[in-house]
Amino acid sequence: MIVPLGHVFILAGLVFCMGLVCLVARRNLIMTLVGVEVMMNAAAIAFVAAALRWKLMEGQAFMLFILAMAAAEVSVGLALIVGVFRLTGSLDPDRYDILKW
Amino acid sequence: MTLYGFIFYVLGILIAVATALAITRRQPIHAVLYLIVAFLATAALFFLLGAPLLAAFVVILNAGAIMVLILFGIMLFQRSPRELGLRPEWGPATLLGVVFLAVTVAMIFKDPGSGILLQGAVAKPGDFGYFLFGRYWLAIEIVSILYLVVLVAIIHLGRRRGGGGDEAEGRAREVHE
Repeated sequence: MIVPLGHVFILAGLVFCMGLVCLVARRNLIMTLVGVEVMMNAAAIAFVAAALRWKLMEGQAFMLFILAMAAAEVSVGLALIVGVFRLTGSLDPDRYDILKW
Repeated sequence: MTLYGFIFYVLGILIAVATALAITRRQPIHAVLYLIVAFLATAALFFLLGAPLLAAFVVILNAGAIMVLILFGIMLFQRSPRELGLRPEWGPATLLGVVFLAVTVAMIFKDPGSGILLQGAVAKPGDFGYFLFGRYWLAIEIVSILYLVVLVAIIHLGRRRGGGGDEAEGRAREVHE
């Protein structure tokens, strides 16, 4: 494994930026969730690379917690989207303007 | 360039291209399928970076459970073509992303530590498990409590409102009794 640490971080930064653009620019709420997933994936890559660089297992442990949190976040997010879809019949956040539950 | 380095660059290009395709697809289903490719490549990258247990977890959780959950979620909604487009803020968003990436790359190249070559090492799954439950057992328990909270939240959010969810439950209970 002869790769500079910076190259792994650049890969993580690139993937994170793509997730950020997806999060902000897409209209569909499901694509917003996908963007958050991509960003967490990038953070996980950076954590594992740092764990290998300093030969510490803390990085991998925290990557495991990132994974667990990603699963929780997606399930709650989907439940929220289902609830709001029942209320408004749309996945477009611009349509959510009724201010009533 | 060694074989491992070559594999890293191939996997890196695969992750970047699959993610780029995923975020630009119009249909969310295509996006999720491309994202599965990206997650599988990420799992291979973790294996290369010496984390075999995490590679297995990424395949099981990210590429398996989460993506299937999102696929089921997509099937629950009826799609309208209006939602498939971009928001008007896509231009500033892309600009923001490019600026952020430029700053990140500049910072990484400025840092003298970034040129250090990574040496291969493997955290064996057994050692990693002992480490995790030895030092971070409290965090593991907190994660399990988080899942319990998530379960309660989803049951609460998934309750049918307005249309007499409680009544329906009551009727079901009466029938049951």
